[in-house]
Amino acid sequence: MNGTAGRNTVTRTVSGFLIPFMQLYALYLIAHGDLGPGGGFQGGAIFAASLILYAIVFGLDRAAEKRYARVAGAAAAAGLGIYGGIGLLCMAYGGNFLQYSSLPFADVKTAHHLGIYGIEIGVGLAVAGAMLFLFMKIAGSDDA
Amino acid sequence: MLLKFTLLFFLVVCAAAAVRMKDLLGAVIMLCAYSLAMTLTWTLLNAVDVALTEAAVGAGIVTVLLIAALGRTGSAEDDSPQEQEAGAMAAARRALPLLAVLATGALLVYGTLDMPDYNDPAAPANLHVAATYITGSVPETGVVNFVTSILAAYRGFDTFGETAVIFTAAVCAGLILAGRERK
Repeated sequence: MNGTAGRNTVTRTVSGFLIPFMQLYALYLIAHGDLGPGGGFQGGAIFAASLILYAIVFGLDRAAEKRYARVAGAAAAAGLGIYGGIGLLCMAYGGNFLQYSSLPFADVKTAHHLGIYGIEIGVGLAVAGAMLFLFMKIAGSDDA
Repeated sequence: MLLKFTLLFFLVVCAAAAVRMKDLLGAVIMLCAYSLAMTLTWTLLNAVDVALTEAAVGAGIVTVLLIAALGRTGSAEDDSPQEQEAGAMAAARRALPLLAVLATGALLVYGTLDMPDYNDPAAPANLHVAATYITGSVPETGVVNFVTSILAAYRGFDTFGETAVIFTAAVCAGLILAGRERK
């Protein structure tokens, strides 16, 4: 990933301008999945794409590649854990697995809203982490 | 209508070009263009959630991962000349796969004649649980976007499985690549 990366002024300028907007859009998709199109999966994929774009255009040294891969792997595991954890939490409050209405909130709609919000964050973390982890493992240097 | 046919034609051209191309980098870019046309097709069919996924994963991340994989393997197809047999038997052997493909294609097209029209509310797929989801989504879950309420609430267990599949795939790929690195 090092090679010629980071020498082209046009790609650097355009990517530097685009990356924050991509990340903001990814977070918007995760947060507003229940109102409009999108959700954790799409938002997570776009967030991972923004970090991959950064890695391609600006280049990463080996230490950064290792750190990215480790953080991405941990994020993927944490995302799946959040999803499963919310499911188990519903069981702990006496419902079925992922039965949001059993969560202790004021009314059913709030419970659903927050439960869905929580699992969307979990899906987003898992997808973004898995994609970034794969990219670092495939495109990174051999010992990344 | 014209736009839909143009997109479908473009899809077929992209798919054929990706198969025929000897340069694998070019083939990956053709697949990217294919995904872009698919994105527009999903949007025309009002499936914006699928369109977003296709654009982000199909056209974006898969292309990058395939190009990264090409960097590890080499980007030209193995074109060592294959022995060409001559004679009537060989010609028949080459024609047989084409005939099989044409026959299967004709059968599939024949099968689509019985399919219900697109958007037909009386189609079997729209009669079973769809009405429950559409009428129940807002009063039962308070979620306006049905796609999200189906994925995250009604069928949350399936989505949990899908997330676990993605996680497992990443772990397996990491393990395979780690095994190669130690040699």
